[in-house]
Amino acid sequence: MRAPRIGVVTFPGSLDDRDALRAVETMGGVGVTLWHAVPDLQGVDAVILPGGFSYGDYLRCGAIARFAPVMREVEAFARRGGPVVGICNGFQILCEAGLLPGALIRNRGLRFICREVWLRIETSRSVLTAELEPGETLRVPIKHGEGQWVATPEQLARVEAEGLVVARYSSPTGVVDEAWNPNGSTGSVAALRNERGNVVGLMPHPEHAVDPDVGPTGGQPLFASLLAAAAAGVP
Amino acid sequence: MRYTFEVLVSLKPGLADPQGAAVASALPALGWSNVTQVRVGKHVAVTLEAGSEEEARTQVEAIARRLLANPVIEEFRIVAGEAG
Repeated sequence: MRAPRIGVVTFPGSLDDRDALRAVETMGGVGVTLWHAVPDLQGVDAVILPGGFSYGDYLRCGAIARFAPVMREVEAFARRGGPVVGICNGFQILCEAGLLPGALIRNRGLRFICREVWLRIETSRSVLTAELEPGETLRVPIKHGEGQWVATPEQLARVEAEGLVVARYSSPTGVVDEAWNPNGSTGSVAALRNERGNVVGLMPHPEHAVDPDVGPTGGQPLFASLLAAAAAGVP
Repeated sequence: MRYTFEVLVSLKPGLADPQGAAVASALPALGWSNVTQVRVGKHVAVTLEAGSEEEARTQVEAIARRLLANPVIEEFRIVAGEAG
């Protein structure tokens, strides 16, 4: 199997682009740096929109990055079925772009939260979870101030009816309730996919969880799934 | 002709507003114990060149719809149009 090429977009204010590139390389892929102002994906097999504070999070998180020149190409790639993963600020950008439903607002408790959480996987039908089973739990960190996912009643009904939730915040054994919901997200949603499963957004940071020397390794199966989807090519 | 419009963006009524709640929670300590709710929004002033006030307003509405407000969580009002 050839090593898949994974593009990571750097916006002004991105923070986790280097960690994402490093995680890709750690997991056996080739990291490709993409620049927000250049509408060219350089033929990559998958795209990651990394965490950070693009454009200072001015107006709303992701609202301005969503119109960056590279995003036209990312949207076209996503609509062709190409794997696109948005992490944290990247998730916010995907929601602002309308590639995923809902929006992310200030955490319920107002505080910026930086700690490790547990996620319960809800579906294997996404480029980020194809190698996992529903019900499995993973340990990964979160670090965000605006991670409370909300949606209109119509969007929420569709998300649940079509099984678009990829992961929920949970206990270590997979219990989902408000006690394990760090930010007040509706339905404890931590990760979402589109109908096709090729676009995934999540608030937790799998790219900070691939190296056992510096933390948990819950990001490994997520990156392994993404690299496998990227290697398989756009369907 | 130059026009300035003010766009007020606020969270939809049903949506929890943690910032407003935080402001409200500070008020009793200042002696105002009768405040029942505070909602925090954004004020955006847009100045543009256009052929008429109507044309300018239409454009500001489009700007608000496309970028200034997210229809999932926010609503907006255009409050004032003034020439100059």
